Amino acid sequence: MSAYEPKIVGIFCNWCAYTAADLAGISRMKYAPNVRIVRVMCSGRFDPQMVFWAFKHGADGVLIAGCHPGDCHYQEGNYKALRRFKLLQKLLDQLGIERERVRLEWISASEGEKVKQVIDEMTETLRRLGPLRIQETPQAPEAVGTAGGGHHG
Amino acid sequence: MAEKPKVAFYWCGSCGGCEEAVVDLAEDLLTVAEAVDIVLWPVAMDFKKKDVEALPDGAIVASFINGTVRLSEHEEWVKLLRKKSQLVFAFGSCAHLGGIPGLANLSNRQEIFQWYYHEGPTVHNPSGAVPTPDFKANGHAFELPEFWDTARALDQVIEVDYYIPGCPPPPHIVKDAVMKLLQGNLPPKGSVLAGDRALCHECPLNETKPEKLLIKDVKRPHEVVPKPDECLLAQGLLCLGPVTRGGCGALCINAHMPCTGCFGPMDHIQDFGAKGLGALASILDYTEEDDLDRILEKIPDPVGTFYKYSLPASLIRRKNMGGKSS
Repeated sequence: MSAYEPKIVGIFCNWCAYTAADLAGISRMKYAPNVRIVRVMCSGRFDPQMVFWAFKHGADGVLIAGCHPGDCHYQEGNYKALRRFKLLQKLLDQLGIERERVRLEWISASEGEKVKQVIDEMTETLRRLGPLRIQETPQAPEAVGTAGGGHHG
Repeated sequence: MAEKPKVAFYWCGSCGGCEEAVVDLAEDLLTVAEAVDIVLWPVAMDFKKKDVEALPDGAIVASFINGTVRLSEHEEWVKLLRKKSQLVFAFGSCAHLGGIPGLANLSNRQEIFQWYYHEGPTVHNPSGAVPTPDFKANGHAFELPEFWDTARALDQVIEVDYYIPGCPPPPHIVKDAVMKLLQGNLPPKGSVLAGDRALCHECPLNETKPEKLLIKDVKRPHEVVPKPDECLLAQGLLCLGPVTRGGCGALCINAHMPCTGCFGPMDHIQDFGAKGLGALASILDYTEEDDLDRILEKIPDPVGTFYKYSLPASLIRRKNMGGKSS
């Protein structure tokens, strides 16, 4: 368990959060290396499918970051992200996945420090939660053998 | 006279609605029955497992299998039918996506048994009996199927050639699939035998869908009598038309009920519920968290709303019950 290092997928908007991550890099800030950032044009590009895809493929958490409210380059993309995020949180409760595994943050282009702080915090939170184990193999507890393939996903 | 093609119908964990759907072919059923030799149809005809086992491999031209795969018996049967069949059609939402019984993936065997054999308010079970795979009574040994933790879509258990969507599939969809089979003009393997455009495209209310769709309130179907001539989404009813595969003829919309997604996702969608949630959440016309919290109280059961028919076929398939991952 001590060897466990959480994997975080970052979905960062081009205009604010990703630029802030760039700034953090240029400023040589040190932050947890656990995040893999994917640049999207807008946090409004975030689709709950991405979160589940990431979870299915081994991510322990997903961090979505976009421009502050009112600052979206496309006017309202970040509000759409917020609405999806809020409903997704309710869905996660039902599916037995801790809410902390998906985080939404507003990070402006000048907030390199916030990138560091959020990633460090989330890494620590996920360390505490431990790995997300998606239960793949649908069998009775005592049944032997493995389930068939499955073309979904 | 050439031998008629052999076909089989089988049901796994299902409600019987898909059997009704076959009968709903009405007069066309006679044409179909004339053209094929039915070798198995548990709801209507008396064939046994040994009859199917006695057939050479690949002897059945097509098996139409409905229901979710929930019991060991289902798995045994569908594997047998796969071996004996040239083509397997997943028939209806349960076989296609896991279906409504797939919502049991929010629970597991232990929880389900606990409720149905011990805790449920109508249960009278003083001896605490629960189904077990083997038991003896009056000197006879009996065998019951194993009940699994997780319900599965058919293609999570065997290879599936085609999917006939719907809960249940409407008659024109069933007829179309059967005709394609008999005439030998089936599309590429793996196809869902319906359109690949969103239901909105064939919705009679599509014209009234606003250019920019935003809603201030969410209404549940029992709370309103919807206006018959306005897009249901615009009226605040959570209609999954934008993400659901069309082809049903907008049956529910014509009955003034929102689409609940039984035809499942279009080809480009990986996870129906997540896509539907993303699409519908984004039209909630609020920007403050408090307002969103308030309106989201009107969606008390997101899984039941967005994964009504497709939880087993979703990317994560079931609730995480902790500990027992394998």
